[in-house]
Amino acid sequence: MKEILILGAGTAGTTMANHLHKVLPSGWQITIVDQEKNHYYQPGWLFVPFDIYKPSQTKKKGINFIPKDVRYIQSEIDRIDKDKNEVSLMNDGQVLKYDLLIIGTGTHIVPEEIEGMLGDHWHKDVFDFYTYDGAKNLRQKLKSWKGGKLVVHICEMPIKCPVAPLEFAFLSDSFFKNKHMRDQVEITFVTPMSGAFTKPKATHELGHLLEEKNIRMVTDFAIEKVDAESKKIIDYGGTEVEYDLLVTVPTNMGSDCIERSGFGDELNFVPTNKNTLQTKVKENIFALGDATNIPASKAGSVVHFEAEILTENILRYIKGEALKEEYDGHANCFVETGGGKALLIDFNYTHEPTTGTFPIPHVGPLRLLKESRMNHMGKLAFRWIYWNMMIKGRHIPFISPVMNEEGHDIDPALAKTKHNETAEVE
Amino acid sequence: MSNERTIAGHNVQVNDEGFMTDINQWNQEVASALAEEEGVEMTDRHWEVVNFIQDQYKKEVALSIRKMGKSGVVDIKEFYSLFPNGPLKKASKISGIPKPQSCI
Repeated sequence: MKEILILGAGTAGTTMANHLHKVLPSGWQITIVDQEKNHYYQPGWLFVPFDIYKPSQTKKKGINFIPKDVRYIQSEIDRIDKDKNEVSLMNDGQVLKYDLLIIGTGTHIVPEEIEGMLGDHWHKDVFDFYTYDGAKNLRQKLKSWKGGKLVVHICEMPIKCPVAPLEFAFLSDSFFKNKHMRDQVEITFVTPMSGAFTKPKATHELGHLLEEKNIRMVTDFAIEKVDAESKKIIDYGGTEVEYDLLVTVPTNMGSDCIERSGFGDELNFVPTNKNTLQTKVKENIFALGDATNIPASKAGSVVHFEAEILTENILRYIKGEALKEEYDGHANCFVETGGGKALLIDFNYTHEPTTGTFPIPHVGPLRLLKESRMNHMGKLAFRWIYWNMMIKGRHIPFISPVMNEEGHDIDPALAKTKHNETAEVE
Repeated sequence: MSNERTIAGHNVQVNDEGFMTDINQWNQEVASALAEEEGVEMTDRHWEVVNFIQDQYKKEVALSIRKMGKSGVVDIKEFYSLFPNGPLKKASKISGIPKPQSCI
């Protein structure tokens, strides 16, 4: 038997296992490894602090989403030996041989990268909401918080779900309004970027929303340290921002097992071809999702689109055919804007988010880059879609892995651009 | 969108944000003039950083503040003191390379 080994049973690994087990030729079997017993619905963590979701609604037993004919091993991963085609596990030094490896080990927060971030104050008045515990502890904190300076902060890019911190700021505004204490809370959004988001048109729209909601923005802020004693964050340029409650997105890094394997970049992300999803490490190693260094958003929608394309490329690789350079960086994200509304952005490597209709061109029902209640319903419905369709590798109607330009109000100068024209020279 | 402007007696192409669009039009006189506009007076240390940035650009390595700090050329603290307020953007402009894209 030939072996496909999948590292990580999060959104990426689970989706790949579900796709591949249906289409692999005979003679191939799949093994998947993950350190966690639970599969987390990470987009739900945004809602937990505001008591919209309970923590328990964001986790389920991981093995329930893995097909029966796939071998599942729960263990931490030690390292990948690319020359020997094997992976060693932390469990009793178990070694797994593979013919083809898929890396889906994701990204995680590393608060220790920033001086002074960890300490007695961690999860007391400095919080993250990118972990189960962080979201849960912040929920407790917000229940009794009396108000003051709330600082929503991004340490450095790239981060998983780059719109989440903005959504957190918007939802905070709603949350405190509903508690009739908005006038006792000063909200500041602090970012290392030059604006609210990474793409110009969306930055404009989102920046406008911040203003409308009376959220102050501090840009180009590259954090050097947290001064927990005097409750302020300080950047390398000497700018200081005071907080009573700091909600930060710490530095995001790839898995430590990538560092131990000796082929990650400076943040332990795996060098990967942005169109084929084959790694630049070795031809029988592929990667998708947050674990890669490709210039696409680290988001579940990206994984969903990548998985369809990667499945096809793996079948091609097995048959000895050329890989398709098809992935175009397509991402599709609901952005909660508070007050029961959301906006939706749809973009790829070459097309930044624009206004328009989605998923059916000129019809919708969802509107791109505009706030609406329908978009908010879409976001909430997504939790069901995630557990029941997405990670099970089912196709979601009307939504294609490459971006559909039709229905987007695209600048005519860009309309004919193909992503391949900007493909990296390998 | 590209516009032509004259910097230190040289005609160069720049984009709407004033970043040069053709590194071949770059020279030290142009760089010094651009630096002055940014309120930076060039010293040997500045030139070392500019050389490193141009070298990385030619190797198609995307830059970040973190990478600069690990470059061995400059630490982040000094990078900020050399190019105050948004050092990566400023240093890129003076180096004649496109504005660094923040990762998404």
